[in-house]
Parts: sequence; C-alpha cells; structure tokens
Amino acid sequence: MKYSYFPGCSLETVARSYDVSAKMTAEKLGMELIELDDWNCCGATAYFHIDEILALTLCARNLAMAEKMGLDVVAPCSACYKNMLETNIRLKNDEELREHINLALKEDGLQFGGQGRVLHLVDIFLEDVGLEKIQQLVMNSLKGLRVAPYYGCQILRPKMGRENIEHPDFLENLLSACGAEAIDYPLKTQCCGGSLIITKNSVAIKMVHNLLKCATDKGADLVVTTCPLCQINLECYQKQVNRIYGTRFSVPVFYFTQLLGFALGIPKGDLLIGSEMNSPAPLLTRVVKEA
Amino acid sequence: MAEKPSFQKEVTNLMGVTDGNPIDICIQCGTCSGSCPAVEYMDYSPRQIIALIRADLRDKVLFSDTIWCCSSCYYCTVRCPKNIKITKMMYALKRYCIWKHKHKSGAIGPDFSRKFVKIVVKTGKSYEPGLAPTFMFKYGIRGMIDNMSMGMRLFQKKRMAVIPKKVKRISNFRRILNRIIPVGVEQ
Repeated sequence: MKYSYFPGCSLETVARSYDVSAKMTAEKLGMELIELDDWNCCGATAYFHIDEILALTLCARNLAMAEKMGLDVVAPCSACYKNMLETNIRLKNDEELREHINLALKEDGLQFGGQGRVLHLVDIFLEDVGLEKIQQLVMNSLKGLRVAPYYGCQILRPKMGRENIEHPDFLENLLSACGAEAIDYPLKTQCCGGSLIITKNSVAIKMVHNLLKCATDKGADLVVTTCPLCQINLECYQKQVNRIYGTRFSVPVFYFTQLLGFALGIPKGDLLIGSEMNSPAPLLTRVVKEA
Repeated sequence: MAEKPSFQKEVTNLMGVTDGNPIDICIQCGTCSGSCPAVEYMDYSPRQIIALIRADLRDKVLFSDTIWCCSSCYYCTVRCPKNIKITKMMYALKRYCIWKHKHKSGAIGPDFSRKFVKIVVKTGKSYEPGLAPTFMFKYGIRGMIDNMSMGMRLFQKKRMAVIPKKVKRISNFRRILNRIIPVGVEQ
C-alpha cells in the first residue's frame, strides 16, 4: 500500500510530532508514505480570502504531481485535506475551470487529469489496514485511558462523500481498537476556531474553552485530534484560556497517530511524545504499568 | 447607461463556481445562525447578513464584524435546508471587502490574509513567524507578551522554524500563478 503523502506546512514546524508519528505508525502497519516531491501550500483558508481560482491552482499543482506518480494523495491536516478534496471534485466536474488551470500548470510540466483520490490520513488506517488488524497488533493496550475523540470541522465538513458527518464514530472505533475508552464527547464535531486564534482571538479562545471544559467535565484524561490546527489551539492556548476564564485546564492533546503508534509498541521518543506543552508521557506510562 | 448590478448580484457572481443555490431562495429559517459557533460575537447573524444583502445594504454588510468572525467550520453549509453554500458566501464577502479595501478599521483578518498570500507567492509555503507583524501589536501589551512567550516555548520544543521553507521549482511555481488571471493581490 503506497501513497503520495502531502504533509502540509504545519507538519514541517509546529506539528512535527504529527509528521514523525504518522510516518512511523504507517510503516509499522505496512503502508508506505512517499512524500510528494516539491509540494506547495494548499492555500489554507487565507488564500481563499484573496482569490479562489488561484487557491484552487495551488491544490491542483499538488494533485497533478501525485497523479504523475500514479498514487492517491494522503493529507494528515484536515484543512489541506478539505482544500485538495474540494479542488479534486471541482476540477473533475468543471471542464472550463480544469482547462484554465491546466494551461497554467503547463509552466511546470504538469497536468490535472482527475485520476487520483484524496484521502485523510485517518482513512488509510481505517480502510486499508482496518480495525481488526490494528486490534491484533496492539502491544500496549490503552485500557483505563479515557480519551475525548475530537473530530473538529474540515475532516467532516463540507460534506464530500463521508457518510455520517453529524454523528461520526470512526475515532471512537479506532480508540476502542487500541483498548482505550472513548468518552461521550458532545462537542466532538464543534470548531476549534482555526486561524481565528490569531485574527479574532477572543472568539477562538471561547471556542477552545468550551471544548476543554466539555472534555474535562466528561472525565477525559486526554484529547485526541486529527488536525494540526485543532491540536495547536486546544493545547498551546490552554494557558491563555486559564488566565481569561480563571480555569485550571492541563489536558494533554494528542495526534491519533501518536496514540495509535504507542499502542502498537513504538517507543514514545520515536513518536515525539514529549514535544507537547502538557506532556501526556507520565499518563501513558501509568496506563501501561497498570495494564 | 447600463444599470449597475445590485449588491446581491455581485455577491452571487463572487461566489464563483459553486454547486449550491443562489441566496435569493433563502427562507430566513435561521438554521445557519443556530448552528454557528461564533454567532454570539457577530454584530449580525449569518441569517441577518443574507437579509441585508437582499435589502442592498452594502456597507452594513461590508463593515460588519460577522464576515471576520467566520472560522469556515461549514456547519451552516451542511445544515442549510435550501442548500445555500453560506461558508462560500462568507469567503466571497471577504474577497469583496479585501479587493475594495472596505472593512472595519483594526480588523486583523484582511491584513493577515494579504500577508499570507504574499508569503505563499514568494516561497510556495506558509511561514508562521512571517505573519506575526499582522497581529503582534493588535492585542495590547498583554497580547504581545502572550504571543512572544508562545513563540519562545514553541521554539524550545523545536516546533518553530527559523528559516522559511521554499518550494524547489519556485520560478515555475510563480509562473503558474501568473498565468491565472485575475490576480487579486498587489505583488
């Protein structure tokens, strides 16, 4: 199982632990993530605020390069995933737009033909490896660990083929396969605020506060995410939330690949567990000792 | 002389190639506003924004806080019973504001997006420290301290790049962007 892996800008810096743990965990399960050579930014949300066609062109260049390799694109960031999936669908369905963008892509010797698929990183674990196999390979059962499964927005919305977007359960299933207890988390599909954390700080801080409050009220030991924006907002801004709302949150926020990798027996250091501001390392040690 | 298009018509045009329905079929049910996680911070709810557009009250819309409170979570879009792509409408309004330089003074969103695009055009990738000047001084001294200590902590954890990363075939990359017209930002 080979994929064209599109890390995205965050995974080179602030979400490095996601990048490293994704590669390690995929390899452990026999999947090959081949990094897309010379990839560019997906446009995030900000590029769409300036020019829509240019933003789609950014994504189209990446899609065309993956197509040249003959592989499907896998994106670990929900925003990159959403942008590239949307571009893929729109260019496939709109011949004029496709021709316009293809004319530009010629400048780099590329063409978009719409042959490949766009997948989120979590999809390949669920669909290509499957829960059954994951369950069999678990070495460190996470029994006793109470985890809030946090989906966020753009892995689910807008609706582009995924079935249950109001009440998804694939993260719960993945957590159960690792032996962890997925708590009932009513805000699991609510927004973390995304880039509003910078452009409208008070709005995003309120959203983050609500998400953390709900997770801790429900007794979560940690929160698991599938997106670097969610991880950064929920983890790095806890100090600010605590100051503004007079709370005392200290909740580790983990990428699903770190948790899954740990359950599969990959050493914590190799998954960059410990690069968080609230490290979940002591918690995981406790869980494994008790098991 | 030809008649000027209504604001509603302009917004519809700016929504680009979308498979959603035009805003004139909105039934004002308010499902969008009820689903919006940021509605309490908006001066007009998403439902009210649609009503204002239809009433041709252009400046009330453009200078509202609403547009810049939208985080693109797409709840409104997936729940709209009339299949109006409301998030896309918000994007269209953001573009309109930025092109016309019409927005609330002090809003960070427009400067942030402009700067983001400039960085991507230059290097092909995003670079967080390069965006800092657009917001660093906008949240007072407390905000500045918060941002600087965050930067330091991320740097200590090796989560911050010192040198911006760059696309290898950057001249080809820029030539691609130059072939697409119109370019919505001064370079």
